Amino acid sequence: MTNDKSISELLSRGILSENPIFKLALSMCPAVGISTTVMNGVMLGIAVFFVQVFSSVTISLFKNVIHPRIRIPSYTLTIATWVTVIDLVLAAYMPGAYAKMGIFVKLIVAFAIITMRLEMFACKEKVSDSFWDAVGMGLGFMVGMVVIGAFRELFGSGMILGYDVLGYKPLLFFILPSAGFFVVGLMMAFFNWIEVVYKQKKGAKA
Amino acid sequence: MNMKRLRQLVLFSLAVLLLPGWLQAADFITGQSFSGDNEITVTFAGPANTEVAGDITKYTIYEEADPDIRLALASAKVADDAKSVALTFADPLNTTQTHVVSIAGLTGEAITTFTVAKPYFGYLLSIMISALLIQNFVFTKYLGLCVFFGTSKKKSTAKGMGVVFTLVMVISAAMSWFFFQFILVPYNLGFLQIVVFIGLVSLTVQAVDTILRKVNPVLFNSFGVYLVLVIANCIVIAVPLILANNNYNFLETMMLALGAGGGFLLALYLMSSVAERLELAKIPPSFKGLPMAFIVAGQFAMAFLGFSGLQLF
Repeated sequence: MTNDKSISELLSRGILSENPIFKLALSMCPAVGISTTVMNGVMLGIAVFFVQVFSSVTISLFKNVIHPRIRIPSYTLTIATWVTVIDLVLAAYMPGAYAKMGIFVKLIVAFAIITMRLEMFACKEKVSDSFWDAVGMGLGFMVGMVVIGAFRELFGSGMILGYDVLGYKPLLFFILPSAGFFVVGLMMAFFNWIEVVYKQKKGAKA
Repeated sequence: MNMKRLRQLVLFSLAVLLLPGWLQAADFITGQSFSGDNEITVTFAGPANTEVAGDITKYTIYEEADPDIRLALASAKVADDAKSVALTFADPLNTTQTHVVSIAGLTGEAITTFTVAKPYFGYLLSIMISALLIQNFVFTKYLGLCVFFGTSKKKSTAKGMGVVFTLVMVISAAMSWFFFQFILVPYNLGFLQIVVFIGLVSLTVQAVDTILRKVNPVLFNSFGVYLVLVIANCIVIAVPLILANNNYNFLETMMLALGAGGGFLLALYLMSSVAERLELAKIPPSFKGLPMAFIVAGQFAMAFLGFSGLQLF
Protein backbone atom coordinates (compact mmCIF):
# COMPACT_ATOMS: atom_id res chain seq x y z
CA MET A 1 0.00 0.00 0.00
CA THR A 2 1.47 3.29 -1.04
CA ASN A 3 1.45 6.23 1.26
CA ASP A 4 -1.34 8.07 -0.55
CA LYS A 5 -2.59 9.98 2.46
CA SER A 6 -0.20 12.62 3.69
CA ILE A 7 0.00 13.43 7.36
CA SER A 8 -1.13 17.01 6.86
CA GLU A 9 -4.16 15.84 4.93
CA LEU A 10 -5.17 13.46 7.70
CA LEU A 11 -4.65 16.16 10.32
CA SER A 12 -6.51 18.94 8.56
CA ARG A 13 -9.47 16.70 7.85
CA GLY A 14 -10.17 16.21 11.54
CA ILE A 15 -9.63 19.86 12.42
CA LEU A 16 -11.39 21.53 9.49
CA SER A 17 -13.41 19.67 6.91
CA GLU A 18 -14.72 16.96 9.26
CA ASN A 19 -14.58 18.79 12.57
CA PRO A 20 -16.44 16.53 15.03
CA ILE A 21 -18.36 19.32 16.72
CA PHE A 22 -19.16 21.87 14.02
CA LYS A 23 -19.30 19.70 10.93
CA LEU A 24 -20.34 16.24 12.04
CA ALA A 25 -22.39 17.45 15.03
CA LEU A 26 -21.30 14.41 17.04
CA SER A 27 -20.49 14.28 20.74
CA MET A 28 -22.35 17.47 21.44
CA CYS A 29 -23.17 16.76 25.07
CA PRO A 30 -19.95 18.13 26.62
CA ALA A 31 -19.80 20.95 24.05
CA VAL A 32 -23.02 22.26 25.55
CA GLY A 33 -22.63 21.03 29.10
CA ILE A 34 -19.25 22.11 30.42
CA SER A 35 -17.85 24.52 27.84
CA THR A 36 -18.24 27.52 30.15
CA THR A 37 -14.49 28.24 30.23
CA VAL A 38 -11.49 27.66 27.98
CA MET A 39 -9.82 25.57 30.67
CA ASN A 40 -12.71 23.09 30.85
CA GLY A 41 -12.62 22.76 27.08
CA VAL A 42 -8.87 22.09 27.07
CA MET A 43 -9.12 19.52 29.85
CA LEU A 44 -11.91 17.50 28.26
CA GLY A 45 -10.24 17.97 24.87
CA ILE A 46 -7.05 16.39 26.21
CA ALA A 47 -8.99 13.49 27.70
CA VAL A 48 -10.85 12.82 24.44
CA PHE A 49 -7.62 13.23 22.47
CA PHE A 50 -5.86 10.51 24.46
CA VAL A 51 -8.80 8.12 24.38
CA GLN A 52 -9.17 8.60 20.63
CA VAL A 53 -5.47 8.11 19.88
CA PHE A 54 -4.98 5.11 22.14
CA SER A 55 -8.19 3.38 21.00
CA SER A 56 -7.43 3.97 17.32
CA VAL A 57 -3.91 2.60 17.66
CA THR A 58 -5.10 -0.39 19.68
CA ILE A 59 -7.81 -1.33 17.20
CA SER A 60 -5.50 -0.74 14.26
CA LEU A 61 -2.89 -3.04 15.82
CA PHE A 62 -5.39 -5.82 16.44
CA LYS A 63 -7.52 -5.36 13.31
CA ASN A 64 -6.48 -8.71 11.84
CA VAL A 65 -7.32 -10.62 15.02
CA ILE A 66 -10.79 -9.17 15.62
CA HIS A 67 -13.56 -11.09 13.94
CA PRO A 68 -15.88 -8.74 11.99
CA ARG A 69 -18.98 -9.99 13.80
CA ILE A 70 -17.75 -8.97 17.23
CA ARG A 71 -16.05 -5.77 16.14
CA ILE A 72 -18.56 -3.36 17.76
CA PRO A 73 -18.36 -4.94 21.25
CA SER A 74 -14.58 -5.03 20.98
CA TYR A 75 -14.51 -1.32 20.08
CA THR A 76 -16.72 -0.56 23.07
CA LEU A 77 -14.51 -2.53 25.44
CA THR A 78 -11.33 -0.95 24.08
CA ILE A 79 -12.74 2.54 24.52
CA ALA A 80 -14.07 1.69 27.99
CA THR A 81 -10.63 0.48 29.04
CA TRP A 82 -8.88 3.63 27.89
CA VAL A 83 -11.57 5.84 29.41
CA THR A 84 -11.04 4.09 32.74
CA VAL A 85 -7.31 4.77 32.46
CA ILE A 86 -7.84 8.48 31.70
CA ASP A 87 -10.51 8.74 34.38
CA LEU A 88 -8.20 7.35 37.06
CA VAL A 89 -5.22 9.44 35.91
CA LEU A 90 -7.22 12.68 35.95
CA ALA A 91 -8.79 11.85 39.31
CA ALA A 92 -5.34 11.23 40.78
CA TYR A 93 -3.32 14.09 39.30
CA MET A 94 -5.87 16.84 38.64
CA PRO A 95 -8.60 16.47 41.25
CA GLY A 96 -9.78 20.07 40.87
CA ALA A 97 -10.37 19.98 37.15
CA TYR A 98 -11.75 16.45 37.44
CA ALA A 99 -14.41 17.58 39.91
CA LYS A 100 -15.49 20.34 37.53
CA MET A 101 -15.94 17.97 34.61
CA GLY A 102 -17.94 15.59 36.74
CA ILE A 103 -19.56 12.71 34.98
CA PHE A 104 -18.51 13.81 31.50
CA VAL A 105 -15.08 12.16 31.67
CA LYS A 106 -16.70 8.78 32.24
CA LEU A 107 -19.20 9.51 29.51
CA ILE A 108 -16.44 9.72 26.90
CA VAL A 109 -17.11 6.00 26.62
CA ALA A 110 -20.38 6.76 24.81
CA PHE A 111 -18.98 9.37 22.42
CA ALA A 112 -20.13 8.53 18.94
CA ILE A 113 -17.12 10.22 17.34
CA ILE A 114 -14.61 7.75 18.76
CA THR A 115 -16.56 4.65 17.76
CA MET A 116 -17.16 6.16 14.35
CA ARG A 117 -13.45 6.73 13.69
CA LEU A 118 -12.68 3.16 14.77
CA GLU A 119 -15.36 1.74 12.49
CA MET A 120 -14.60 3.93 9.49
CA PHE A 121 -10.85 4.28 9.66
CA ALA A 122 -8.80 2.41 12.23
CA CYS A 123 -10.14 -1.05 11.45
CA LYS A 124 -9.01 -0.80 7.82
CA GLU A 125 -5.91 1.38 7.71
CA LYS A 126 -2.27 1.18 8.75
CA VAL A 127 -1.28 1.91 12.33
CA SER A 128 0.57 5.11 11.45
CA ASP A 129 -2.32 6.46 9.37
CA SER A 130 -4.79 5.60 12.13
CA PHE A 131 -2.59 7.41 14.59
CA TRP A 132 -2.52 10.63 12.58
CA ASP A 133 -6.24 10.39 11.83
CA ALA A 134 -6.94 10.04 15.55
CA VAL A 135 -4.63 12.97 16.34
CA GLY A 136 -6.53 15.10 13.82
CA MET A 137 -9.93 14.13 15.21
CA GLY A 138 -8.82 14.64 18.81
CA LEU A 139 -7.38 18.05 17.97
CA GLY A 140 -10.52 18.95 16.06
CA PHE A 141 -12.63 18.13 19.09
CA MET A 142 -10.32 20.13 21.33
CA VAL A 143 -10.40 23.12 18.97
CA GLY A 144 -14.20 23.02 18.92
CA MET A 145 -14.40 22.87 22.71
CA VAL A 146 -11.86 25.68 23.11
CA VAL A 147 -13.62 27.97 20.61
CA ILE A 148 -16.98 27.52 22.31
CA GLY A 149 -15.37 27.87 25.73
CA ALA A 150 -13.53 31.03 24.71
CA PHE A 151 -16.72 32.57 23.33
CA ARG A 152 -18.70 31.82 26.45
CA GLU A 153 -15.94 32.86 28.84
CA LEU A 154 -15.25 36.11 26.99
CA PHE A 155 -18.84 37.22 26.69
CA GLY A 156 -20.08 35.68 29.91
CA SER A 157 -17.45 36.82 32.38
CA GLY A 158 -15.12 39.01 30.28
CA MET A 159 -12.15 36.72 30.85
CA ILE A 160 -9.92 34.36 28.89
CA LEU A 161 -8.23 31.51 30.79
CA GLY A 162 -9.12 33.26 34.02
CA TYR A 163 -7.40 36.54 33.08
CA ASP A 164 -9.55 39.64 32.95
CA VAL A 165 -9.51 40.84 29.35
CA LEU A 166 -12.47 43.13 28.92
CA GLY A 167 -12.68 44.47 32.46
CA TYR A 168 -16.46 44.20 32.51
CA LYS A 169 -19.07 41.49 32.03
CA PRO A 170 -20.88 42.00 28.72
CA LEU A 171 -23.58 39.34 28.94
CA LEU A 172 -23.83 37.24 32.05
CA PHE A 173 -26.33 35.11 30.15
CA PHE A 174 -23.56 33.17 28.35
CA ILE A 175 -22.22 31.70 31.55
CA LEU A 176 -25.62 30.23 32.37
CA PRO A 177 -25.82 26.53 31.56
CA SER A 178 -28.71 26.81 29.13
CA ALA A 179 -26.76 29.30 27.00
CA GLY A 180 -24.63 26.40 25.74
CA PHE A 181 -27.37 25.49 23.29
CA PHE A 182 -27.57 29.07 22.01
CA VAL A 183 -23.81 29.45 21.59
CA VAL A 184 -23.43 26.19 19.68
CA GLY A 185 -26.46 27.02 17.53
CA LEU A 186 -25.19 30.52 16.74
CA MET A 187 -21.70 29.24 15.90
CA MET A 188 -23.04 26.57 13.55
CA ALA A 189 -25.16 29.21 11.83
CA PHE A 190 -22.09 31.44 11.58
CA PHE A 191 -20.02 28.70 9.90
CA ASN A 192 -22.90 27.96 7.54
CA TRP A 193 -23.13 31.64 6.69
CA ILE A 194 -19.40 31.86 5.91
CA GLU A 195 -19.72 28.84 3.66
CA VAL A 196 -22.66 30.40 1.81
CA VAL A 197 -20.88 33.73 1.34
CA TYR A 198 -17.68 31.98 0.23
CA LYS A 199 -19.54 29.93 -2.35
CA GLN A 200 -21.34 32.99 -3.69
CA LYS A 201 -18.05 34.84 -4.17
CA LYS A 202 -16.60 31.85 -5.97
CA GLY A 203 -19.68 31.69 -8.17
CA ALA A 204 -19.44 35.43 -8.99
CA LYS A 205 -15.80 35.10 -10.01
CA ALA A 206 -16.33 32.14 -12.29
CA MET B 1 -57.83 -12.84 37.07
CA ASN B 2 -54.54 -11.31 36.17
CA MET B 3 -55.79 -7.80 36.93
CA LYS B 4 -56.87 -8.89 40.41
CA ARG B 5 -53.42 -10.31 41.11
CA LEU B 6 -51.84 -7.13 39.86
CA ARG B 7 -54.05 -4.96 42.04
CA GLN B 8 -53.23 -7.04 45.09
CA LEU B 9 -49.56 -6.71 44.32
CA VAL B 10 -49.81 -2.93 43.94
CA LEU B 11 -51.81 -2.59 47.19
CA PHE B 12 -49.32 -4.76 49.03
CA SER B 13 -46.31 -2.80 47.81
CA LEU B 14 -48.06 0.47 48.72
CA ALA B 15 -48.72 -0.86 52.21
CA VAL B 16 -45.07 -1.85 52.60
CA LEU B 17 -43.90 1.53 51.42
CA LEU B 18 -46.22 3.44 53.72
CA LEU B 19 -45.62 1.19 56.71
CA PRO B 20 -42.76 3.23 58.20
CA GLY B 21 -45.07 6.24 58.17
CA TRP B 22 -47.61 4.99 60.67
CA LEU B 23 -45.38 2.77 62.75
CA GLN B 24 -43.44 5.66 64.19
CA ALA B 25 -46.40 7.52 65.77
CA ALA B 26 -45.93 7.62 69.56
CA ASP B 27 -48.86 7.40 71.97
CA PHE B 28 -49.42 10.99 73.03
CA ILE B 29 -48.03 12.45 69.83
CA THR B 30 -50.58 11.80 67.09
CA GLY B 31 -49.01 13.59 64.18
CA GLN B 32 -45.79 15.22 63.13
CA SER B 33 -44.82 16.70 59.78
CA PHE B 34 -42.72 19.30 58.04
CA SER B 35 -44.94 22.28 57.31
CA GLY B 36 -42.51 24.50 55.46
CA ASP B 37 -38.82 25.05 54.90
CA ASN B 38 -38.09 25.70 58.57
CA GLU B 39 -41.14 24.49 60.47
CA ILE B 40 -42.28 21.25 62.09
CA THR B 41 -45.87 20.83 63.28
CA VAL B 42 -46.61 18.38 66.09
CA THR B 43 -50.14 17.43 67.08
CA PHE B 44 -51.14 15.83 70.41
CA ALA B 45 -53.93 13.43 71.41
CA GLY B 46 -55.22 15.86 74.04
CA PRO B 47 -54.42 19.33 75.37
CA ALA B 48 -50.74 19.54 76.29
CA ASN B 49 -49.06 21.41 79.12
CA THR B 50 -48.66 24.79 77.41
CA GLU B 51 -45.76 25.81 79.66
CA VAL B 52 -43.70 22.80 78.56
CA ALA B 53 -44.82 22.75 74.94
CA GLY B 54 -44.21 26.45 74.47
CA ASP B 55 -40.73 26.46 76.04
CA ILE B 56 -38.00 26.11 73.42
CA THR B 57 -35.41 24.99 75.99
CA LYS B 58 -37.36 21.74 76.51
CA TYR B 59 -36.74 20.60 72.95
CA THR B 60 -33.71 18.89 71.44
CA ILE B 61 -33.81 18.34 67.70
CA TYR B 62 -31.21 16.85 65.40
CA GLU B 63 -30.91 15.07 62.08
CA GLU B 64 -30.77 11.32 62.54
CA ALA B 65 -27.46 11.12 60.64
CA ASP B 66 -25.71 13.75 62.82
CA PRO B 67 -26.81 13.43 66.46
CA ASP B 68 -24.07 15.86 67.52
CA ILE B 69 -25.37 18.83 65.57
CA ARG B 70 -28.33 20.25 67.48
CA LEU B 71 -30.65 22.42 65.41
CA ALA B 72 -31.49 25.82 66.88
CA LEU B 73 -35.16 26.55 67.54
CA ALA B 74 -36.42 30.09 67.00
CA SER B 75 -39.87 29.71 68.55
CA ALA B 76 -42.50 27.16 69.61
CA LYS B 77 -46.06 28.37 69.16
CA VAL B 78 -48.80 26.39 70.92
CA ALA B 79 -52.20 26.45 69.22
CA ASP B 80 -55.20 27.92 71.14
CA ASP B 81 -56.67 24.51 72.00
CA ALA B 82 -53.21 23.35 73.13
CA LYS B 83 -53.51 20.31 70.87
CA SER B 84 -50.70 21.23 68.51
CA VAL B 85 -47.44 23.15 68.48
CA ALA B 86 -45.59 24.76 65.59
CA LEU B 87 -41.80 24.66 65.94
CA THR B 88 -39.97 27.30 63.93
CA PHE B 89 -36.25 26.93 63.29
CA ALA B 90 -33.59 29.58 62.88
CA ASP B 91 -32.23 27.94 59.69
CA PRO B 92 -34.03 26.10 56.89
CA LEU B 93 -34.24 22.35 57.47
CA ASN B 94 -33.00 19.66 55.14
CA THR B 95 -36.38 18.03 54.80
CA THR B 96 -35.04 14.98 52.97
CA GLN B 97 -33.36 13.86 56.23
CA THR B 98 -35.10 12.18 59.13
CA HIS B 99 -35.22 14.50 62.13
CA VAL B 100 -35.33 13.30 65.74
CA VAL B 101 -37.29 15.47 68.19
CA SER B 102 -37.29 14.97 71.97
CA ILE B 103 -39.35 16.95 74.47
CA ALA B 104 -38.44 16.94 78.17
CA GLY B 105 -41.26 16.54 80.72
CA LEU B 106 -44.21 16.75 78.34
CA THR B 107 -45.88 13.55 79.54
CA GLY B 108 -45.36 11.29 82.53
CA GLU B 109 -42.04 10.09 81.14
CA ALA B 110 -38.99 12.27 81.47
CA ILE B 111 -38.34 12.59 77.74
CA THR B 112 -40.67 11.98 74.81
CA THR B 113 -38.81 11.17 71.61
CA PHE B 114 -40.17 10.80 68.12
CA THR B 115 -38.94 11.20 64.57
CA VAL B 116 -40.14 13.42 61.78
CA ALA B 117 -39.59 12.30 58.21
CA LYS B 118 -41.11 12.71 54.86
CA PRO B 119 -43.08 9.65 53.82
CA TYR B 120 -40.65 7.32 52.04
CA PHE B 121 -43.04 7.08 49.12
CA GLY B 122 -42.89 10.84 48.76
CA TYR B 123 -39.10 10.72 48.82
CA LEU B 124 -39.08 8.12 46.03
CA LEU B 125 -41.49 10.18 44.02
CA SER B 126 -39.33 13.25 44.50
CA ILE B 127 -36.35 11.40 42.98
CA MET B 128 -38.46 10.63 39.95
CA ILE B 129 -39.89 14.14 39.61
CA SER B 130 -36.40 15.53 39.99
CA ALA B 131 -35.02 13.35 37.18
CA LEU B 132 -38.08 14.10 35.07
CA LEU B 133 -38.31 17.88 35.37
CA ILE B 134 -35.89 19.66 37.69
CA GLN B 135 -32.78 17.80 36.57
CA ASN B 136 -34.11 16.81 33.15
CA PHE B 137 -31.36 14.78 31.51
CA VAL B 138 -31.56 16.57 28.20
CA PHE B 139 -32.25 20.17 29.16
CA THR B 140 -30.34 20.61 32.41
CA LYS B 141 -27.74 17.82 32.34
CA TYR B 142 -27.07 17.98 28.57
CA LEU B 143 -26.98 14.25 28.01
CA GLY B 144 -28.06 12.26 25.00
CA LEU B 145 -27.90 15.21 22.63
CA CYS B 146 -26.77 13.28 19.53
CA VAL B 147 -29.85 11.10 19.51
CA PHE B 148 -32.00 13.96 20.74
CA PHE B 149 -31.23 16.12 17.72
CA GLY B 150 -31.18 13.17 15.36
CA THR B 151 -34.61 11.74 16.08
CA SER B 152 -36.76 14.69 17.10
CA LYS B 153 -38.11 15.44 13.65
CA LYS B 154 -41.43 13.59 13.86
CA LYS B 155 -43.74 12.97 16.80
CA SER B 156 -44.21 9.26 16.07
CA THR B 157 -40.45 8.68 15.95
CA ALA B 158 -39.99 10.65 19.16
CA LYS B 159 -42.55 8.54 21.01
CA GLY B 160 -41.06 5.23 19.83
CA MET B 161 -37.57 6.35 20.71
CA GLY B 162 -38.57 7.55 24.16
CA VAL B 163 -40.35 4.29 25.00
CA VAL B 164 -37.43 2.14 23.86
CA PHE B 165 -35.01 4.30 25.85
CA THR B 166 -37.08 4.08 29.01
CA LEU B 167 -37.34 0.31 28.67
CA VAL B 168 -33.61 -0.20 28.13
CA MET B 169 -32.76 2.27 30.89
CA VAL B 170 -34.93 0.54 33.50
CA ILE B 171 -33.63 -2.94 32.64
CA SER B 172 -29.98 -1.94 32.44
CA ALA B 173 -30.22 0.14 35.63
CA ALA B 174 -31.66 -2.84 37.51
CA MET B 175 -28.87 -5.13 36.29
CA SER B 176 -26.20 -2.53 36.94
CA TRP B 177 -27.47 -2.06 40.48
CA PHE B 178 -27.20 -5.78 41.24
CA PHE B 179 -23.75 -5.97 39.70
CA PHE B 180 -22.54 -2.88 41.49
CA GLN B 181 -23.92 -3.78 44.93
CA PHE B 182 -23.12 -7.49 44.96
CA ILE B 183 -19.98 -7.82 42.86
CA LEU B 184 -18.16 -4.52 42.37
CA VAL B 185 -18.55 -3.15 45.90
CA PRO B 186 -17.77 -6.33 47.91
CA TYR B 187 -14.63 -7.06 45.85
CA ASN B 188 -13.45 -3.44 45.68
CA LEU B 189 -13.73 -3.35 41.91
CA GLY B 190 -15.25 0.14 41.74
CA PHE B 191 -12.72 1.21 39.11
CA LEU B 192 -14.17 -1.28 36.66
CA GLN B 193 -17.58 0.38 36.67
CA ILE B 194 -17.28 1.98 33.23
CA VAL B 195 -16.33 -1.29 31.54
CA VAL B 196 -18.98 -3.27 33.39
CA PHE B 197 -21.80 -0.78 32.86
CA ILE B 198 -21.19 -0.30 29.16
CA GLY B 199 -21.06 -4.06 28.78
CA LEU B 200 -24.37 -4.46 30.62
CA VAL B 201 -26.02 -1.77 28.51
CA SER B 202 -24.91 -3.45 25.27
CA LEU B 203 -26.09 -6.76 26.65
CA THR B 204 -29.51 -5.32 27.53
CA VAL B 205 -29.90 -3.82 24.09
CA GLN B 206 -28.99 -7.11 22.46
CA ALA B 207 -31.37 -9.02 24.73
CA VAL B 208 -34.28 -6.64 24.16
CA ASP B 209 -33.60 -6.86 20.44
CA THR B 210 -33.69 -10.67 20.40
CA ILE B 211 -36.66 -11.04 22.75
CA LEU B 212 -38.76 -8.39 21.03
CA ARG B 213 -38.06 -9.93 17.64
CA LYS B 214 -39.42 -13.31 18.80
CA VAL B 215 -42.22 -12.24 21.14
CA ASN B 216 -43.78 -9.29 19.37
CA PRO B 217 -42.65 -8.85 15.75
CA VAL B 218 -45.12 -5.99 15.17
CA LEU B 219 -43.66 -3.95 17.99
CA PHE B 220 -40.17 -4.88 16.85
CA ASN B 221 -40.82 -3.54 13.36
CA SER B 222 -41.81 -0.15 14.71
CA PHE B 223 -39.22 0.15 17.50
CA GLY B 224 -36.37 -2.08 16.41
CA VAL B 225 -34.52 0.53 14.38
CA TYR B 226 -34.00 2.73 17.45
CA LEU B 227 -32.36 -0.01 19.47
CA VAL B 228 -29.05 0.32 17.64
CA LEU B 229 -28.91 4.00 18.50
CA VAL B 230 -29.29 3.30 22.21
CA ILE B 231 -25.78 1.88 22.70
CA ALA B 232 -23.97 4.98 21.48
CA ASN B 233 -25.83 7.24 23.85
CA CYS B 234 -24.55 8.75 27.02
CA ILE B 235 -27.96 9.05 28.69
CA VAL B 236 -28.23 5.27 29.12
CA ILE B 237 -24.77 4.87 30.59
CA ALA B 238 -25.24 7.95 32.80
CA VAL B 239 -27.98 6.35 34.90
CA PRO B 240 -25.80 3.50 36.27
CA LEU B 241 -22.92 5.92 36.87
CA ILE B 242 -25.17 8.28 38.85
CA LEU B 243 -26.66 5.50 40.94
CA ALA B 244 -23.17 4.18 41.72
CA ASN B 245 -22.08 7.69 42.75
CA ASN B 246 -25.06 8.28 45.03
CA ASN B 247 -25.27 4.76 46.44
CA TYR B 248 -28.99 4.49 45.74
CA ASN B 249 -30.98 1.48 46.91
CA PHE B 250 -33.01 -0.59 44.48
CA LEU B 251 -36.29 1.34 44.64
CA GLU B 252 -34.47 4.65 44.30
CA THR B 253 -32.60 3.26 41.30
CA MET B 254 -35.84 2.26 39.61
CA MET B 255 -37.31 5.69 40.25
CA LEU B 256 -34.22 7.40 38.84
CA ALA B 257 -34.30 5.23 35.71
CA LEU B 258 -38.03 5.82 35.21
CA GLY B 259 -37.62 9.55 35.73
CA ALA B 260 -34.65 9.76 33.37
CA GLY B 261 -36.45 7.77 30.68
CA GLY B 262 -39.65 9.74 31.11
CA GLY B 263 -37.69 12.98 30.99
CA PHE B 264 -36.05 11.93 27.75
CA LEU B 265 -39.43 10.98 26.29
CA LEU B 266 -40.87 14.33 27.37
CA ALA B 267 -37.96 16.26 25.88
CA LEU B 268 -38.12 14.36 22.59
CA TYR B 269 -41.87 14.84 22.34
CA LEU B 270 -41.73 18.58 23.07
CA MET B 271 -38.89 19.03 20.61
CA SER B 272 -40.62 17.06 17.84
CA SER B 273 -43.81 19.10 18.29
CA VAL B 274 -41.80 22.25 17.71
CA ALA B 275 -39.82 20.69 14.84
CA GLU B 276 -43.03 19.84 12.98
CA ARG B 277 -44.11 23.47 13.24
CA LEU B 278 -40.67 24.75 12.27
CA GLU B 279 -40.94 23.10 8.88
CA LEU B 280 -43.60 25.64 7.99
CA ALA B 281 -41.71 28.63 9.38
CA LYS B 282 -39.45 30.96 7.44
CA ILE B 283 -35.92 30.46 8.73
CA PRO B 284 -32.79 32.29 7.51
CA PRO B 285 -30.88 29.86 5.26
CA SER B 286 -27.80 29.72 7.48
CA PHE B 287 -29.94 28.72 10.47
CA LYS B 288 -31.71 25.86 8.68
CA GLY B 289 -31.48 22.47 10.31
CA LEU B 290 -29.27 21.93 13.33
CA PRO B 291 -28.55 25.56 14.33
CA MET B 292 -32.27 26.26 14.65
CA ALA B 293 -32.78 23.04 16.61
CA PHE B 294 -30.09 24.16 19.03
CA ILE B 295 -31.70 27.56 19.54
CA VAL B 296 -35.07 25.91 20.22
CA ALA B 297 -33.44 23.50 22.66
CA GLY B 298 -31.85 26.48 24.40
CA GLN B 299 -35.27 28.05 24.86
CA PHE B 300 -36.60 24.79 26.29
CA ALA B 301 -33.62 24.65 28.64
CA MET B 302 -34.45 28.14 29.88
CA ALA B 303 -38.07 27.14 30.39
CA PHE B 304 -36.97 24.09 32.37
CA LEU B 305 -34.91 26.35 34.64
CA GLY B 306 -38.29 27.39 35.99
CA PHE B 307 -38.71 23.96 37.57
CA SER B 308 -35.68 24.41 39.83
CA GLY B 309 -36.72 24.49 43.46
CA LEU B 310 -39.91 22.60 42.75
CA GLN B 311 -40.95 20.54 45.78
CA LEU B 312 -44.02 18.36 45.92
CA PHE B 313 -43.61 16.60 49.26
